[in-house]
Amino acid sequence: MTGAPPAIDVRGLNKSFGQLHAVRDFGITVQRGRICGFLGPNGAGKTTTLRMLCGLLTPDSGEGQVLSFDVLREARKIKRRVGYMTQKFSLYEDLSIAENLMFMARVHELPDRRARVDAALARLGLEARRRQLAGTLSGGWKQRLALAAATLHSPDLLLLDEPTAGVDPEARRTFWDEIHALAAEGVTVLVSTHYMDEAERCHEIAYIAHGQTLARGTAEEVIAASGLITLNAEGPGADRLAPELRARPGVDMAAAFGATLHVSGRDRRALDAAIAPYRKAPLVWREAAPTLEDVFIQLIADLNRREAA
Amino acid sequence: MLSPTRTWAVLVKEFVQLTRDRLTYAMILVLPIVQLLLFGYAINDDPRRLPTAVLAQDHGAFSRSILSALSTSGYFDIRLEARSQAELDRALERGDVQFAVVIPGDFTRRVVRGERAQILVEADASDPSATSGAVAALSNLPAQALARDLTGPLSARQPGQAPFEVVVHRRYNPEAVTAYNIVPGLLGVILSMTLVMMTSLGMARERERGTMEGLLATPARPLEVMAGKLAPYVLVGLIQAGVILVLARVLFGVPMQGGWAAFGLGLTLFIVGSLALGFLISTVARTQLQAMQMSFFYVLPSILLSGFMFPFRGMPEWAQALGTAIPVTHFLRVVRGSLLKGAGLEAAAPSLLELSIFVVVVSTLAMLRYRTTLD
Repeated sequence: MTGAPPAIDVRGLNKSFGQLHAVRDFGITVQRGRICGFLGPNGAGKTTTLRMLCGLLTPDSGEGQVLSFDVLREARKIKRRVGYMTQKFSLYEDLSIAENLMFMARVHELPDRRARVDAALARLGLEARRRQLAGTLSGGWKQRLALAAATLHSPDLLLLDEPTAGVDPEARRTFWDEIHALAAEGVTVLVSTHYMDEAERCHEIAYIAHGQTLARGTAEEVIAASGLITLNAEGPGADRLAPELRARPGVDMAAAFGATLHVSGRDRRALDAAIAPYRKAPLVWREAAPTLEDVFIQLIADLNRREAA
Repeated sequence: MLSPTRTWAVLVKEFVQLTRDRLTYAMILVLPIVQLLLFGYAINDDPRRLPTAVLAQDHGAFSRSILSALSTSGYFDIRLEARSQAELDRALERGDVQFAVVIPGDFTRRVVRGERAQILVEADASDPSATSGAVAALSNLPAQALARDLTGPLSARQPGQAPFEVVVHRRYNPEAVTAYNIVPGLLGVILSMTLVMMTSLGMARERERGTMEGLLATPARPLEVMAGKLAPYVLVGLIQAGVILVLARVLFGVPMQGGWAAFGLGLTLFIVGSLALGFLISTVARTQLQAMQMSFFYVLPSILLSGFMFPFRGMPEWAQALGTAIPVTHFLRVVRGSLLKGAGLEAAAPSLLELSIFVVVVSTLAMLRYRTTLD
C-alpha cells in the first residue's frame, strides 16, 4: 500500500452554522484500508466533518483530497466512490429490504443489479425476509441493512456516523466483524462512535471536541501522549469521593467506575499530595494504566479549562 | 387513562412550538387577511365591460345609436369592429370576445319602414354566468336605444311597440347549462389540488423521516430526483382526468366537440406544471404541514380567480392579472375552447403557450431551489 495516495488527506477544514463554529481547522490523513475511529462528545462536530468528507456539506474553507478528488470542488465524484451511513436510519421504512437495496443499486447505476442485491441479501442472511418492510426491522438489523446499502456499490471509502448507537452488544460485534472484513478488502473506514471498546477496535483514532482535534494516533499512542497517571482506589465508599477529589489541586480528573474510583493527573507529586489524606484503610490504592476514557475525560476537562480562561 | 398533567405538558409544548414557527403567524393573520381582501374585491357575479365584437353591415345613424347604447349599458366593451362574419366567428371561437353583435345591412331601412328590424347578438355561453347579466340587459335595449332618434315623422315608431328586436344566440352551450362549464372546470381544480399537494409533500416527507440525507449522499441529480418523483404523478393525473371526463359525459352529458389535440396537450402541460409547482413548494417547506399549508395557499386562488367559480372577466384588472399567473386559468380556457367549442390547436395556442411558460419557469425555480448538499 505504500506509495498509494491516502484515502483522506484534508487540512484546515472549517464549517460554521451561523454563530456556531462547528468544525475548526480540521485536518486528517487516513491511509487506504485503515479503520479510523472518530470520537468526541455530542456536538463535537463529528457528523459535520463526516458530511463534509462525503460532499454533503461544503466546507467554508480548507483544502485536500478525498479519494484523490478535491474535497471542495469534486463533491459529485466523491459521492460516487463513498459509502455513507447516516446516524439516523435513512433508508425508506415503507420499502422492503430488497426494494431498498434495489433503490441503492439503481441510484448508483450498478451493473448486474439483481445479482448484487441477491448477494448482499445472502451476506446479510436476509434472503428469507427480503419482502419485509425495512421499518419493521430491529435496530441491529436496520444497521446491518444500512451498511449493506452503503457498501452495495463497493465504495473505496466508508463513512459511518455512529453506526452502532442503540444496538445490542452481539449485533455490535457482528457489525464490527463486517467492518474489519471490509477493511481487509482494502476499504478505508472512518467511523464515529461513543463506545470505547469500538475505539479500541480501530487502527487509529481521532478525538475531537468543540470542532477541534484534541488527540490523534493509535489507542496506545493517544494514551501515552496524554502523559496521564491514573490511580485507582477500591474500598467501601471509594466511588463517593469523586467530587471531593476533583476539587483538589493536582487532580485533573476523578470519576467513579462502579465501585472503583479513577483519579488522574499529570504531575505525579501533586497527585500524590492530593490523595495523601485518603491513603488510609479501608481504601486500597493501586496505580493503573489510564484507559482511553480517562484520557478523553481529561482532554475535555483541559479544553474546558482553556476555554474558560 | 388520560393524565391531565401529561396532556397539559403536550399542550404547552405544542403551543410553544407553534409560536416559534413563523408560518403560524402567516396562517393566523396574513392568510385570512390577504384572502379576504383578495376575494372580497375580486369576485363579481355580474361582470361588466365584456369584450364584444361588432359586425356592422349598416352604417346608418340608428346603427351608431345602438352601438353606443350597448357601450353605455356598461356590459359591452366593443373591442373589435369585424369586417366579415368569419372574422367575427374566429374572435368568438378563440375566446377573444364574449359577444358578437351583428347589425344587418337593412337595419335602418327596416326601422324607418316600421318593419320588424333585428339585431343578432351571439353570446359565448360556455361560461353562462359570465354572460347572463349582459343578456338580461339586452332586453331593455330596443326601447331605449333609439328613443332620441325616433322623433318627428318617426315618432310613430316610439314606444308601445319596439322598433326592433334583439335576437340572442347562445353559442356552444345554448341552454346555458352551468354544469357544462363547472364540470370541465372541476377537472382543473381537482387536478391542481391533488397533484400540487401530493408532490409538495414529497421532499418534506423525506426531510422529516431523515431519508433526505441518505438520498443526497447518493449521486442522484436534482432533475433526476424531480423527474423521478413527478413521473408517477403524471400517470395519476391522466387517470384522474380520464375518470372526470367519463363522468362529465355520462352523468352531466357534457358535450365534447372534439379538439382533442389541444385538450391533450393542455392537459399534459397542466399536469406537469402542477407537479413542478408542488415540487417547488416541497423544496421550500421544511415539514409536511408547511407543505400542506402552502399548497392550500395556492389552491384557493386557483378555484376563485381562475374563472372556475366566478367569471374571469367580472374581476377587476389586477385580479385578472393575478389569475393569468395561475395555470388553472389557462387550462380552463383550453378545456372550454377544445371540449365545448371544438376549437383546434391554433385557437388554443395562446393558452398552451402560457402553460408552457409556467412549466418552464416553475421547473427552473425548483431546480434552483433544490440543493444536493445539506448546506
